[in-house]
This record gives sequence, C-alpha cells and structure tokens, in this order.
Amino acid sequence: MALLDYFSRKKEKQVSTASKAKERLQIIVAHERNSRHKQPDYLPQLTEDILKVLRKYIKVSDESFSINLDKKDGDLNVLELNIELHDEQAS
Amino acid sequence: MARIIVVTSGKGGVGKTTSSAAIGLGLALKGHKVVLIDFDIGLRNLDLIMGCERRVVYDFVNVINGEASLNQALIKDKRVSSLSILPASQTRDKDALTKESVGKVLDELSQSYDYIICDSPAGIEAGAMMALYFADEAIVTTNPEVSSVRDSDRILGMLASRSRRAEQGLEPIKEHLLLTRYSPKRVAEGEMLSVEDVEDILSIPLLGVIPESQAVLKASNAGEPVILDTESDAGQAYQDVIERLLGETVDFRFLVAEKKGIFSRMFGG
Ligand SMILES: Nc1ncnc2c1ncn2[C@@H]1O[C@H](COP(=O)(O)OP(=O)(O)OP(=O)(O)O)[C@@H](O)[C@H]1O
Ligand SMILES: [Mg+2]
Repeated sequence: MALLDYFSRKKEKQVSTASKAKERLQIIVAHERNSRHKQPDYLPQLTEDILKVLRKYIKVSDESFSINLDKKDGDLNVLELNIELHDEQAS
Repeated sequence: MARIIVVTSGKGGVGKTTSSAAIGLGLALKGHKVVLIDFDIGLRNLDLIMGCERRVVYDFVNVINGEASLNQALIKDKRVSSLSILPASQTRDKDALTKESVGKVLDELSQSYDYIICDSPAGIEAGAMMALYFADEAIVTTNPEVSSVRDSDRILGMLASRSRRAEQGLEPIKEHLLLTRYSPKRVAEGEMLSVEDVEDILSIPLLGVIPESQAVLKASNAGEPVILDTESDAGQAYQDVIERLLGETVDFRFLVAEKKGIFSRMFGG
C-alpha cells in the first residue's frame, strides 16, 4: 500500500508543477501582451460607463467582465465585451 | 557592416555573460572578426569570464568620454586574434552612455568587425535598453522557470517597441530563443518547463538549449569560456549555437536525460 502511495504521489507531482507553471505563464503573458498594445484613450471611461449600466440590472464583478479592442488584419477593429453571468442571473 | 547581436534577458543571472563569452569566442574561432562589448556598466563581469581582467586599462566609458581611443580600450584575446573585448567601466555612472555616443562607437566598430556582441545588464532599465537599442538580432536568454520566461516576454516587447529598428520603422530585430540551465531530468519528472513549453509561450525561433552543467563553473573559474571545453555538454551545445547562427541546421542535443546504468538504478542513484 505504501509503495502504491509512493507511485501515485509521484505521478501526481508529474502533472502538477511544470504544467501549472506553463498555464500560469500563458495567462500572464497573454494579459501583459494585451496591455502592451496601446489602447485608445476613451477605453477606460467606456469600460466604466458600460459597467455602470450593466450594474443597474445585474451583478457583475470586476473579474467577470472584460473589454478588449482588437485589431484584426487590415483596418478592421473589433470591440469585444465579455460578461460572465452567474447561474441565478442567467435564468 | 557588422551584425549587431544583443544577448539579453530581463531577469538577472540567467547566463547572458556566459553565453556572450561562449558565442563571441565561438564565432571568432570560425574565423570571423568579433568584438564583445560589456554593457553592464558598474558591474563588469565579461572580462573575468573571458580571462582578461588584468589587461583592462581603458573601458567603454573612457571611450565614450573621449578619454581613450577605441584601439586603446579594445583588448585583443590571447587565444584567438580575431576577437576583441571592450570592457565595461567600474564607475557607477550609468548615465555615461547616451544613444548618440554609443551609436558612434558601434558605427566605428562596424567598419572593421563582422560581429558585435553586446552583453546586456539585467533589468529593463536604461542600461538594458541601451544594449538592445542598436541591435539587428537578439539572443533572448531564458531559464526554464516562470519569472525568467515572463521577463523574456517583456524584453520581446521592448525589442519590438523601443529599439532603433522599431523607432525607424525598419525590419524588426531578429529574435532567437536561447534556453539555458536546462535540466532534462527535472523536465522528465515534471518539475521544470520543457523546451516545447517555453517555445509555446514565447513563440520565437529556438537557437539553442544549453544544459545545466558543471563545466560552466569550471570555465568561469579558469577564465576560459566554456565553448573551449569541447568535451563538455555545455561546450558542445554552444558549438551547435554557433553553427545555427551561421545558418547551418543542427539537431538539438542534450534534451533527454542520460539513461542511468542498471546499477545506479538498482541502488538508488
Ligand atoms: N548552463 C549552465 N549550467 C550551470 N551554471 C550556469 C549555466 N549558465 C550559467 N550558469 C551560472 O549562472 C550564474 C550566472 O551566469 P551569468 O553571469 O552568465 O548570468 P548573467 O545573465 O550574465 O547575470 P547578470 O544578469 O548578473 O549579468 C553563474 O554563476 C554561472 O556560472
Ligand atoms: Mg552578466
């Protein structure tokens, strides 16, 4: 039993630290790359205004909301809003 | 016209100076005219790793201030005549370097050398920015570890926005990933980011993978860049880097842990 424990624990460790490191890096690097691209000056105010309107109707935490202005190829820009709704609110 | 290559990283202590020394000497051994510049003003380590610390008379800042000519400050390597070193000063005055004055020195060196290798200080402050500003290529030195990878990504951002090439709208700096202090055994055990992981995150072409190696400390003790230790794994890995810089395609080595012999496996190696 102890031997089995030893092996399974070893295996658990294998999936954990390095892949966890990679996952964390992917998130932080994507985030930092995004903020490197210069966003238009009106974006912070726009974000605040949109949140104000949303919060009249639903609960939105800062973490469940994201706004992004993406430059696609050519001269197409996409303003992307992401709002995560919790179960009670969706129905 | 010389190829100006900056060895950079963001994070400190990842192996920039070790790599600059190995790559500079390696290119010179191939017959190219190479100058190694230590941009780490105030710290000055490259001369020690190259083993020429006792021959330093004038330094980079003396040249910038007009107190010495380039020829007076350049130290000719005793092993390879086509290699010179421009040491950093030990004065604290980091603001001694200006874009204008550094640009002038690089222009002058460009006339007579094929490669100018710039050993960058750590960080993303003025000194590191100065080292990368004029670069045509960058060797982004990275350890397989979270903070180093993140800093490398920040440096990639700087290369793309704060360099001469970026400011003048020229062709972007050519980026190379150099993964150092790599331990295949720890990667196999899931404790260390793998080559593929780091490539995935940084998505720049891989120039080399240098294993964690005892040969590096021995080399720095002796003042003989590790590429001269042709028996060692790190020395051979740097040799492969030279071939790739010169346009050859070379298989990557030292990516998997050496298999242990049956005895060490049985008796707990
Ligand atoms: N492949 C390697 N294997 C083992 N040790 C290494 C390896 N590469 C570098 N080192 C060690 O890591 C330490 C830092 O190396 P080095 O001075 O080259 O880093 P650096 O990036 O130039 O540091 P700094 O940011 O302070 O300028 C040294 O002690 C060196 O011997
Ligand atoms: Mg250094």
